[in-house]
Amino acid sequence: MISIQNVHKSFGDLEVLKGVSLDVNDGEVVSIIGGSGSGKSTLLYCINAIENIQKGKIIVDGVDVHSKETNKDKLRQKLGMVFQQWNSFPHMTVLENAALAPRIVKKMSKEEAIEIAKKELVHVGLGDKFDVYPTKMSGGQQQRLAIARALAMKPDCMLFDEVTSALDPELVGEVLDTLRLLADEGMTMICVTHEMGFARDVSDRVAYFHEGVIAEIGEAKQVIIDPQNPLTQKFLSKVR
Amino acid sequence: MNSLFTPLSWSDTGFILIGVMNTVTISIVAIVLGTLLGLAVGFLRAESSKVVNVLLGSVLDILRSVPLIIQLILFSTFVGAMGYPLDPFVAGSIILSLYTMAFMSEVFRSGFESVHQSMRTSARSLGMSYWQTIFYIRLPIGLRAVFPSWLGVALSVIKDSALVSVIGYMELLRTSDQLISRTQQPLMILIGVGIFYFIISYPLSSYGRYVERKMAI
Repeated sequence: MISIQNVHKSFGDLEVLKGVSLDVNDGEVVSIIGGSGSGKSTLLYCINAIENIQKGKIIVDGVDVHSKETNKDKLRQKLGMVFQQWNSFPHMTVLENAALAPRIVKKMSKEEAIEIAKKELVHVGLGDKFDVYPTKMSGGQQQRLAIARALAMKPDCMLFDEVTSALDPELVGEVLDTLRLLADEGMTMICVTHEMGFARDVSDRVAYFHEGVIAEIGEAKQVIIDPQNPLTQKFLSKVR
Repeated sequence: MNSLFTPLSWSDTGFILIGVMNTVTISIVAIVLGTLLGLAVGFLRAESSKVVNVLLGSVLDILRSVPLIIQLILFSTFVGAMGYPLDPFVAGSIILSLYTMAFMSEVFRSGFESVHQSMRTSARSLGMSYWQTIFYIRLPIGLRAVFPSWLGVALSVIKDSALVSVIGYMELLRTSDQLISRTQQPLMILIGVGIFYFIISYPLSSYGRYVERKMAI
């Protein structure tokens, strides 16, 4: 369970998050939509302690993310994160990419790490790519590799930061299908996305971010199909 | 008159080979030390604050801008005058290593910087520590990116090592110099020495090309 409590975050003078509160329950899928600069990606970075916060609290499974006592590397093992840019490790094969973190972070034996990596690669449909170098693959395949790489750490929750934004249109489907699969399996997910269809069909709840605050949050179909806040209405009419 | 000069003979082979070995030795010392120091300094430059960078940068600028031959002469004369005369090999190794370090550090710095922040963030998000990110991600990717430049610096060190002859180190050029004064056959000897430098450098550059192909990413 992730609990975000009145979080404020600034970059210099620019306040990006102006008091955001949101609880995400285990097994829940929450999509975050909103214009660029609304702070939605920043929130994910704060949950994963990549960015610090100025005020408020984020609690992940009872652990205060931004407390000085918190071991951030340990925390990040529980939170898988996938970015807009897939950032495959170009000097390793697909299998090595997925097996690296279990081996060096969780100190698993090589065999164990490889077994888990293989399982997760099959999971995302890359079962035939073990020995390929990622630079030889399409963006969609590399993005699925990034998902498998994160899943191999057996996270409790996955954070997706606009994972289809950098993809060619014909490759978006395969990545969204993978996300859908994870959602069906009961993974807790927070997805920052521009794919309104995905947000509507796959998530339990949708939050609309506007200028650093949650302007509207509710059941997914309601927010996407029948938004109550005029700001949400305006945003959705533009992206449709 | 002729008796003053003796022509080149087979008995000179040993003398030339000592020169070859000395050139190889000081080159290896300078490349190894220069690479290790350069790696450390390059890493410092990529990671530290502006102040540290300016300080380090100015020292490196001096090492890179003052001709090697002047650095060699000044250094060995200076420490000699201080009362610590150094063996030409030691003095030459120190200066040649530092000179190499100055170039290597820039090579490695650009290697470290070639791995983008978002790549590092991805690695950290998997739970890797700062140092794990360095060893498993930034070093291997960065080194591959800069390997051709590293090779270029290493090859030029072999040729630059000829300058250490000015402080009395018996490397290939100095042995040939002595042979020239004895035999008065400069053309033949210099051609021979050129061939030796080629023979020393060529394996490194062809091995380098091989490594480059193997690591291509």
